[in-house]
Amino acid sequence: MSSIPDNLKYTKDHEWIRLEEDGTVTVGVTDYAQNSLGDITFVELPEVDDTFEAGDSFGVVESVKAASDLYMPVQGTIRAVNDELTGAPETVNSDPYGEAWMIRVQLDEGANLDDLMDAAAYANIVG
Amino acid sequence: MSDSLKRTPLHAFHTDHNARLVPFAGWEMPVQYTSILQEHRAVREAAGLFDVSHMGEVRVHGSGARAFLNKLVTNNVEKLQVGKAIYTVMCYEDGGVVDDLIIYQVGDEEYFLCVNAANVSKDVEWITGQAVGFDCLIDDVSEDFGQLALQGPKAMEIFKLASGQDLSSLKRFHFIQGSFMETNAIVSRTGYTGEDGVEIYLPAGEAARVANRILEIGKDHGLQLVGLGARDSLRLEAGYPLYGHEISAQIDPLTGGLGWVVKFQKATDFVGRTALQKRLDEGLDRKVVFFRLEDRRIAREGTEIIDEDGNPCGKVLSGTQSPMLGRPIGSACVSTQALKDKIPLLVEIRKTRIPLEIAQPPLHKV
Repeated sequence: MSSIPDNLKYTKDHEWIRLEEDGTVTVGVTDYAQNSLGDITFVELPEVDDTFEAGDSFGVVESVKAASDLYMPVQGTIRAVNDELTGAPETVNSDPYGEAWMIRVQLDEGANLDDLMDAAAYANIVG
Repeated sequence: MSDSLKRTPLHAFHTDHNARLVPFAGWEMPVQYTSILQEHRAVREAAGLFDVSHMGEVRVHGSGARAFLNKLVTNNVEKLQVGKAIYTVMCYEDGGVVDDLIIYQVGDEEYFLCVNAANVSKDVEWITGQAVGFDCLIDDVSEDFGQLALQGPKAMEIFKLASGQDLSSLKRFHFIQGSFMETNAIVSRTGYTGEDGVEIYLPAGEAARVANRILEIGKDHGLQLVGLGARDSLRLEAGYPLYGHEISAQIDPLTGGLGWVVKFQKATDFVGRTALQKRLDEGLDRKVVFFRLEDRRIAREGTEIIDEDGNPCGKVLSGTQSPMLGRPIGSACVSTQALKDKIPLLVEIRKTRIPLEIAQPPLHKV
């Protein structure tokens, strides 16, 4: 069974989203995603200040077997990127909800997390 | 998992050991048990045990079997004797590859062919069609056999501990038929990983018992179960071709780097000889090469190879990350002119152009 923390929001594309106290959101991929991908060998992330619409591809995660796009869960601007993953992509396998966070996003005005799933809804889609 | 997928005699063994099972060549096979990278490294550094029971086995026997096989395949079957095996390919008339295979001579007039899982039906039909006029019989005995591969620097030591029989003096591409671990088996000093080891053909019903014994004894020596994921990365690091990638109906053995198994000088004619001789005489227009990349992005199958001006020069055939190097490796079919002119070759992955470093296998030994 995959770990699905209750305090996070989720997308159908297997990203997790955490709302921080300063109003930004942190994004990574779920335990289910890392387990399905297998050994992660490379993570390609955007630059700080890049802007995205919800649903845009903001990066790529590669495993031995395949390359998969990462999708923006919200509309906003990149405020921080986890550069540690460049040298240690395997962290995505070992700590997907912690050390392997990927981006921190400032939501655009009017953007919100209303369309994202809670843990129970996400658990339903990953069975 | 679809009900139509075939299962090897080790299916329950795989689920007991938490394998991730995937469809492969019509079979439900373990792609990994723990991690592809970890399983790969275990084979390079200690030992790995693979279920390769999906591979096909074909028995060819009769007084005309030797002459027939010499016509069927490109390598020289006259070099065989009981207890020896050869690696070869069989070709279509136009030189394209039907399959690559190992032929074992198991009796004076009896041979045992190991062919690729995905090709068994096609191969048996092809072999049977070519045998007209030869005094020999062809039987698909794939269902009768399980097959295990024990590979790695500690493989021979583990085999000795598990079986009580020391095969360390058995030469590469030689085999022994007899009683091993209380069952009849063919044990050959062959493999598909670039490491020392054996491949064990045994009655299907005995495969799980023997696999359990080897695992039980081997785990104290670093043995791990290994799935098809690491089997692919191991063979690519070693520079071994995979049917459908480096060789195929469209990629002949000369182009595929298997010129060494095409024996033009052998006494008998063989299927595809005329076409292959013509290609050799005219000069090959493309060639399979192996490469490494100085990057983390993997150049996957189908990625175009380009020159510095963006002109196409070939295509990637196989691509993965070398677990031993931590860098991408692969194979590609490239224009011989581009290789001759030594022009810098590149791949473009997600708008990043990365130079291709053409390299001789084994790719993990830099």
